Amino acid sequence: MMTNHGSRITQGTFSFLPDMTDEQITKQIQYCLKNGWALNVEFTDDPHPRNTYWEMWGIPMFDIKDAAGILYEVNQCRKAYPHHYIRLTAFDSTRGTESVKLSFIVNRPKNEPGFGLIRQEVDGRRIRYTVHSYASERPEGERYR
Amino acid sequence: MNAGAQPGEMDAQPVPDDTPVNLEAAFRDSQVQEVLDKLDRELVGLKPVKTRIREIAALLLVDRLRRQLGLITETPTLHMSFTGNPGTGKTTVALRMAEILHRLGYVRQGHLVAVTRDDLVGQYIGHTAPKTKEVLKRAMGGVLFIDEAYYLYRPENERDYGQEAIEILLQIMENNRDDLVVILAGYKDKMDRFFLSNPGMRSRIAHHLDFPDYAAEELMGIASLMLAQVQYRFSPEAEKAFGDYIHRRMKMPHFANARSIRNALDRARLRQANRLFARARERLTKRDLMILEPEDIVASRVFSEGVPDEQVPGAGSK
Repeated sequence: MMTNHGSRITQGTFSFLPDMTDEQITKQIQYCLKNGWALNVEFTDDPHPRNTYWEMWGIPMFDIKDAAGILYEVNQCRKAYPHHYIRLTAFDSTRGTESVKLSFIVNRPKNEPGFGLIRQEVDGRRIRYTVHSYASERPEGERYR
Repeated sequence: MNAGAQPGEMDAQPVPDDTPVNLEAAFRDSQVQEVLDKLDRELVGLKPVKTRIREIAALLLVDRLRRQLGLITETPTLHMSFTGNPGTGKTTVALRMAEILHRLGYVRQGHLVAVTRDDLVGQYIGHTAPKTKEVLKRAMGGVLFIDEAYYLYRPENERDYGQEAIEILLQIMENNRDDLVVILAGYKDKMDRFFLSNPGMRSRIAHHLDFPDYAAEELMGIASLMLAQVQYRFSPEAEKAFGDYIHRRMKMPHFANARSIRNALDRARLRQANRLFARARERLTKRDLMILEPEDIVASRVFSEGVPDEQVPGAGSK
């Protein structure tokens, strides 16, 4: 099961740890930059585990030398979407494709209602299971307060 | 820096006021002297500029010591403006500045991003802000050098997007003071006019450095340095001829200090190559390839045309 029993979603690296401070985030960013990865800020309010493509906050950032430049964009995104999930994704191009090397959440809503389990009875009394985010019952943009 | 681990443990109990402070050791550890020496060696003249750099270095070192002893330190504003005539070494010093500030731990990465108006100002509505921010993000952790900064502001066109770039620049200069150092450079009179129409910019820049013009002897020193870098040298007569050349050239219009010297040397090398070809059948030595002779210099137009009357064209009469 991809959801955990608390309502805190656990996607990406470090997600079982307490939320990182900006200082800790800076160090992770600096590590990515040291490896020559491009970072991208992404956000969503639909945290379903199968929703892998989040909205992009700008384009991936290349040619940046210092974490402050990335953190600046993170903060801009936080200002615009304070109640959304925001994550940083680092892409490595050494294999000829921009492949994800590291992805971690840098902002999450205060209240995370979590996921419900939905059972669907199909032919032969078989049961199909799926998860459903309580938050996504409300329309986009109004899901977290 | 290795000193970074100390403040935490120092904070625990207040340090007594008579704690000895080893400024000298701190100075040695920062290896700033090395950079300052290099500055002295490779940059001729520029007394006021070097003094100011020394002062900034001292301030940052004292600040670091204060932090180690648990005293309050306020990050000083280090945005600068470099003004001076063409070829007085503004860009060269800016490059060094990035290195010095890096050594002192003021900027984290120590790279220099050199831009002009084109890199900051967009071409249509809504293009400028992202463009400027992109550049600023790239410069974070280092030094942003804006050459000919006055072109950002075009008072004759009120719909010019330059103003927008200036506003974003000001905002980041203020809010992200720890993240980057902005250096504006340009000619003195135009820079002054730029600051007059942008008082906000002037007040956010703590250091206004004026680059003086070089004296003739200083230009000679620069010439020898430039030649040494590419492994050439003057013969004694050529050195005299070049001294003469400098005096003449300085009186002529469009004199661009070190840049004019560089161009003159480039042309002298051209003539030297030509001269060597002309006597290609003789036996040449390695020495011949390295030495500039007077005839490589006096062939310059400076000696034959546009020469002030009172000077007798001595070496140029050949």
